Amino acid sequence: MSLLSVKGLCVKYGASQALFGVDLEVAEGEVVALMGRNGMGKTTTIKAICRMIAASDGEIGFAGQDLRRLPSFRAARLGIGLVPEGRRCFAPLTVRENLIASAQAGDWDLARVAQLFPRLDERADQVAASLSGGEQQMLAIGRALMTNPRLLILDEATEGLAPVVRQEIWTAIARLKAETGLAILVVDKSLRELSGVADRAVVVERGRTVWTGAMGALDADLTDRYLGV
Amino acid sequence: MKRERAINAAVVLAMLVVPLWAWMADEPFILTLATKVAILALAGVGLNIALGLGGLVSFGHAAFFGIGGYAMGILASHVQSYTPLMEWPLLIEGSKSMPVIWVVAMMASGLAALVIGALSLRTSGVYFIMITLAFGQMLYYFAISWSAYGGEDGLSIYVRNGFPGLNTLDPVQFLLLCYAVLGVVLFGAARLARSPFGLALSAARQSAARVETVGIAPYRVRLVAFAISGAVTGLAGALYADLNRFVSPTMFSWHTSGEIMVFVILGGVARLFGPVAGAALYILLEHLLGGVSDYWQIWLGLLLLAVVLFARGGLIGTLAGREVAHD
Repeated sequence: MSLLSVKGLCVKYGASQALFGVDLEVAEGEVVALMGRNGMGKTTTIKAICRMIAASDGEIGFAGQDLRRLPSFRAARLGIGLVPEGRRCFAPLTVRENLIASAQAGDWDLARVAQLFPRLDERADQVAASLSGGEQQMLAIGRALMTNPRLLILDEATEGLAPVVRQEIWTAIARLKAETGLAILVVDKSLRELSGVADRAVVVERGRTVWTGAMGALDADLTDRYLGV
Repeated sequence: MKRERAINAAVVLAMLVVPLWAWMADEPFILTLATKVAILALAGVGLNIALGLGGLVSFGHAAFFGIGGYAMGILASHVQSYTPLMEWPLLIEGSKSMPVIWVVAMMASGLAALVIGALSLRTSGVYFIMITLAFGQMLYYFAISWSAYGGEDGLSIYVRNGFPGLNTLDPVQFLLLCYAVLGVVLFGAARLARSPFGLALSAARQSAARVETVGIAPYRVRLVAFAISGAVTGLAGALYADLNRFVSPTMFSWHTSGEIMVFVILGGVARLFGPVAGAALYILLEHLLGGVSDYWQIWLGLLLLAVVLFARGGLIGTLAGREVAHD
């Protein structure tokens, strides 16, 4: 049974419709890549799952619960941890304070986050605004993990980062998959890195799911058709 | 952070040295002023929980200050007039005991803050300011029309309420009691700011949408903070009424709300000792400039303008630097 199940998801921004029917499923312990060109509806899909925007139609189920009528904080408490696009840490708070503010009961605590990202431990008393982009990204992931999620959603987690830092983030994601069995939904443009961690891919095009399958089955033809510039 | 601690220590030192000098020089008026600073600082610390940590610009904190004051006035006046507060369904007597009065004042003002907050926090920005102001004014006019407790003339309490083991009529002992209360509340406010709740409140000030994604309900966090803030301001109101041995509807007026906000802004919003420094500066200016001109508030207005334009961190923030918003 799927942990997250999205069926026929439609979203409107006022009169303008952004999603016309997105379908995706994420099972326990599975890593799913949500892919598509810019502006195809990936972030809107994630915002709708996290209840940051309302779905105009379709179904969003998480751990057997209907998310459509829940406020955003309830969705998070059910176990959806979001690493938003653009990191969006609490800038005036220190690294430690960012993590403590987000903490919910569970296995993830400050020590465990520090194990995953030792750099955050070194910067524990530094305000988030003074961190590098990569460190802020680590903090955003750490903050989401402190909510002790069952599903971690990463929206463009490596965008705009230096290659070395990107590699660190991908290594962390791979560790999360291998060591914790956490379900992960990841949006990213790095096909090569995604191939290394994702079990399945869901491709969206103009607000619709157009392809779903094993990551290895995403061939050059599909990549050209849906993901090429 | 170290600099801010040093400044805080200097503020504490000044608050101890000035009354000590006043006591040695036999200047009871200065002792009363120092007590007033401590009590008004306490009201400011209360507001700072909502304003500084939560970003809630409440222009109605006089409501809680007034409720605290009237809690004291009502309880003490019934003892004074040898009449019970209530006879049916329960016999409830008044009280001249400060701890009892403080508990009642904090409960009443905290509860009022919970109700006012529950309605006001559904709005934001200028609407939140206006609705809190409206609640404050509503209670102001209610107090004016409440003839059973003095109406517009207010209530006089002839003898200051008592505290076990202390002679509260002695200005030094009453001052030390107010300092002790302020110290306890400052310690609590510092702990609150560093607690997961306080950090969630600070985070919600930054972005309500973002804190929701980590499972925090910003409305609830703000409501609890508003109630705590109201309760602390209510405690200050009870002490203020005891200092003056008098309560009047003025405690509820929007001028009082404005003054409490001025203490916080002058001293430094979100700075632990900001309201203390702000209240001290305000009282100092009131008495220095007030001796020179009846229109001393013009100069205060200019100072406030300068703080808002050029020193947004207030006195503490300007001296300590901008990096730490809570210590």
